[in-house]
Amino acid sequence: MDSVAPVKMLTVLGAICLVAIAAVIGWAREPRQYRADPPVSAALDQLRLMPDGIGGTSPEVYFAMGKPYESTGFDLSQGKRLYSWFGCSQCHGDGRGGKGPSFIDGWWLYGPSMVSIVASIRNGRPHGMPAFKDKMTSDQIWQLAGYVRSMGAYSASVVAPSRNDDKTSRPAENRAPAAILFDEGPIPVHPKQGPSP
Amino acid sequence: MMRDRDTQEPLDVDLDDAELAAKLEKTWASRPGFWGAIATVDHKVIARRYVVTAFVFLILGGLLAMAMRLQLSRPEACFIGPDRYNQIFTMHGSNMMFLFAVPVMEAMAVYLVPLMVGTRNIAFPRLNAFSYWIFLFGGLLLWLSFALDTGPDVGWFAYVPLSGPQYAPGKRADLWAQMITFTELAALAVAVEIVVTVFKQRAPGMSLDRIPVLVWAMLVMSFLVIMAMPAIMVASSTLILDRLVGTQFYNPALGGDALLWQHLFWFFGHPEVYIIFLPAVGMVSTILPSFVGRPLFGYLLLVMALIATGVLSFGLWVHHMFVVGLPRVGESFFTASSMAIAVPAGVQIFCWLATLWAGRPVFRTPLLFVLGFIVTFVIGGLTGVMVASVPLDSQVHDTYFVVAHFHYVLIGGAVFPLIGAVYFWFPKMTGRMMSERLGRWAFGLIFTGFHLTFFPMHILGLWGMPRRVYTYQPELPWAGLNLFISLSSVILAAGFLVFFIDALRSWKNGLPAGPNPWKASTLEWATSSPPPAYNFRRIPVVGSRDPLWSEAADLPVAAGMRTHRRELLVTSMVEALPQARESSPSDSVWPFWTAIATAIMLIWSIFSPWAVVWGSIPIAVALIGWFWPKGTPEDES
Amino acid sequence: MKAAVVIIIAALLAGCGGNQSALDPHGASSVALKDLIVLFALICSVIWLLVTGFLLWAVMRRRAEARRDPAAERRMTVAVRASMTATVVIVAGLTVASFHTTQSLHSGADAPVFVSVKGQQWWWQFTYRDGNQAPLFQTANEIHIPVGKDVRLELESIDVIHSLWIPSLAGKLDLIPGRKNVLTLRADRPGTYRGQCAEFCGLQHGHMALLVIAQDDSSYRQWVAAQAAPAAEPSDAEAAAGKAVFMSKPCAACHTVRGTPATGSSGPDLTHVGGRQTIGAGLLETTRGSLAAWIADPQTLKPGNNMPLVPLTGEELRQLSAYMEGLR
Repeated sequence: MDSVAPVKMLTVLGAICLVAIAAVIGWAREPRQYRADPPVSAALDQLRLMPDGIGGTSPEVYFAMGKPYESTGFDLSQGKRLYSWFGCSQCHGDGRGGKGPSFIDGWWLYGPSMVSIVASIRNGRPHGMPAFKDKMTSDQIWQLAGYVRSMGAYSASVVAPSRNDDKTSRPAENRAPAAILFDEGPIPVHPKQGPSP
Repeated sequence: MMRDRDTQEPLDVDLDDAELAAKLEKTWASRPGFWGAIATVDHKVIARRYVVTAFVFLILGGLLAMAMRLQLSRPEACFIGPDRYNQIFTMHGSNMMFLFAVPVMEAMAVYLVPLMVGTRNIAFPRLNAFSYWIFLFGGLLLWLSFALDTGPDVGWFAYVPLSGPQYAPGKRADLWAQMITFTELAALAVAVEIVVTVFKQRAPGMSLDRIPVLVWAMLVMSFLVIMAMPAIMVASSTLILDRLVGTQFYNPALGGDALLWQHLFWFFGHPEVYIIFLPAVGMVSTILPSFVGRPLFGYLLLVMALIATGVLSFGLWVHHMFVVGLPRVGESFFTASSMAIAVPAGVQIFCWLATLWAGRPVFRTPLLFVLGFIVTFVIGGLTGVMVASVPLDSQVHDTYFVVAHFHYVLIGGAVFPLIGAVYFWFPKMTGRMMSERLGRWAFGLIFTGFHLTFFPMHILGLWGMPRRVYTYQPELPWAGLNLFISLSSVILAAGFLVFFIDALRSWKNGLPAGPNPWKASTLEWATSSPPPAYNFRRIPVVGSRDPLWSEAADLPVAAGMRTHRRELLVTSMVEALPQARESSPSDSVWPFWTAIATAIMLIWSIFSPWAVVWGSIPIAVALIGWFWPKGTPEDES
Repeated sequence: MKAAVVIIIAALLAGCGGNQSALDPHGASSVALKDLIVLFALICSVIWLLVTGFLLWAVMRRRAEARRDPAAERRMTVAVRASMTATVVIVAGLTVASFHTTQSLHSGADAPVFVSVKGQQWWWQFTYRDGNQAPLFQTANEIHIPVGKDVRLELESIDVIHSLWIPSLAGKLDLIPGRKNVLTLRADRPGTYRGQCAEFCGLQHGHMALLVIAQDDSSYRQWVAAQAAPAAEPSDAEAAAGKAVFMSKPCAACHTVRGTPATGSSGPDLTHVGGRQTIGAGLLETTRGSLAAWIADPQTLKPGNNMPLVPLTGEELRQLSAYMEGLR
């Protein structure tokens, strides 16, 4: 057998396979940040909310970081832990609400953007939502907000956490429960309060 | 002149040797060029690729081991962080078990078994080609994910719930589980081929009691694969279902069980050790007679021991779970069965010792590795008896004692014979000898380095050092020994370096070997080195256990095979009486496309369950191409 | 090889290896286990020496022509059969020895001291209970036990599988979510015994240690009484300021300090943290400096653990560590 040409071609083919698989994994790659840099945390506190408290813009540093809190599995799963550690379920139940509003009916009283969810957790909201800024660090608040947002997402993202190792009472986050459990919501609503895309 | 009825093509009896060789070459050789290389179904070419790929994975895994030794050489060292360290040891274990040890043993089987039983190609050669591609893609998947910092970090046995949906976020554990699916698929394919090749394609006259011990070992190994691997495929598939689809197999709150994973994993995991070890037994039993100049002592005993080991290996998985708090009666049963496996292992050792005692040893490199194997493996076996005891295991389980134990069994018990086997069969595979001088150096360095590296780990374990810790505190008395181990591991690495240099140099520049440089007795030495695409010009007929010794001058051959198409002789299972001439599949690119389609489906399924639905369509298309009828006439008896 | 054999024999004889060693037993079960280890190791060493000795003899011996006389083959068959029988006998003997040790290990069904252990990533939570299972107090990463008395540990995990291993006192046992295992400890001598998680449990598996402090009955009772009491009030202005920092910052959301408004439960109970020998599950010795270092940057000392980096000023950090140190 002519041994040189096949070897060269096999190398080329191998390289193509490498690149293809690397692209897939690279796309799914999720860098983990264990230690929040204090200056970054401070910058994450600089929320720019609209005067009505609904919607706004996340701080620039958040975009510079690559929006980790809504797009990496690690941060979302940390958020899920925080959800139970900080007793969110006392008012919001498994996400379907209780004393507090539901996260998975597709409606967001203050809009579905990260910044307004962070603002709700950080500063509290009228009618009972307490402020957590003295109880959680800012990166924890962002992690929790990312998780809350993933609960109510309409189309499941690949990174959304799956079920927990306990009793499940609703579809897991990666099944896009908001799409399954959609509820018409109060009418009329503020134009910004619509379902998350 | 006899002619084939249909085609007017000559049978082999009509042709003289040169003419026959030319005709067979035309029929059996793969096309040159790129697509020829992709399409080939020659078991020797595929096995060579398998071996080379597996050794590349060995080198990569060894580099990871060196990285771990660097990190552990000092207390509270900061060379590698815990996240990366956990990925490294998970990769090291998964890589060595799934991408090196099992594939390399199967590759040796793919190369040697058809030659040793005297047939022209392995059974299901296209499946064989498919198996290699699948294995390659699985390995690439794992290593690329590691390179991109998405490597699995849950340990090579990935206990739930640590690897489950709640505690292993991201895609790391999914990639690990899918890599398992790739490699097990590849392993199962090879196992089926080996079983059929051994049972139905042996040379006429090679009745069951004349099969070389290596072939017996590979046969038992293949049965272990067929029976053990489905357990791990179930385990990895249910894990991925738990993680991605939200099933509850391992969720205690909803009737699942965290221990179910351990049962499934070790039901595979313990036979896995013997899947790696039994081929090594076969290699030792084949190498030894060639260097002591007499047949193996206790052939029957050894074969019975192989089978007994295979059967018993399914009855001891619980000794990996002695500290999970199972009922005592059950634990006692598994203590007894784990101890019992020492008996067939002992029988093997005694037979080898008897062979050595009665023969006249010639100290060439392969024999040195066999001797090193016996010395080392006995230690691994004896520490195995120690960990089989429930109370004793409660102190050493999951410590460096166990790390030492399984490296003694896996390196001492399998890698030593494997390197010996490479020295032994390298002339057959390449036509060139490896260097005796470098071989002795490699043996000396590997043997010394190995014991200096791994023996002290027994002591570290008894001194309380758990495995899988990324660092330890300075006030613990482990620093000195750890530094010693790290330094010794350099000697071990140097030994492997010498071995690889020797192999690479000899590949191009070794001395020409000739058909049978060791004066060995089995059939693979009856053909030229390297063997031609058709393996044997004429199918040999076997009249004894050591055909090349008893019929040294001229091996009798079977006649009447067609030459214009790939044809094998099918023989009966027990007596190996000729039954039929069967056509062997021709080269095809479809196994390659099927492997690509399967890889796409498996990788895609990590991201969406719909991949199983849509991804199966290209697989179906590729399989239709693979099995498209060629109009070959039915085989005749 | 030879050096290694010398090392292990020396180690076995000396029984060294510090306060976390299976070869340095100070408890009822670990003594029996060490005897078993020594027995197995001796028998295995003898077998290995025999095999290796025979191997050397077999390859080195001078021999006449390679012969295949039937008498020699018969003798070899007898020898192999005899060795096989010997293997069976030895293995059976070792199995019996193993069963015997299992039987002799303490069950401790009526233990006077009763502790629930909850393993979690990556620390140990201990709840002492009275005779009626009612919780007395909670602590973390350090338990005290009375010498010569059985201590019943109920092992549970709240996240992944861990394994409790205090080699100088007993063999290990896993903590498995959804299951409850029971381990009985008994220390024969007063002392401090270190233990560590032995089942890989994630990022900080390497830093999940605990201390078992065995003391005589009266000091044990004193310790229990002190632990059951609420936290000490700050003794000076600096510590008092530290307490205010603790209550106003996120600390109180995860940690409990009994007798104060801090009742968080996802982190270790800090009521008597200053009295423990180590912080961070065996990571650092407890001093004011190490407390400050830990609070200032837990993610550098123990990357990935669940304690976040809480931004504090230098002043606040000093006050807080003074308060922590005073919680004895």
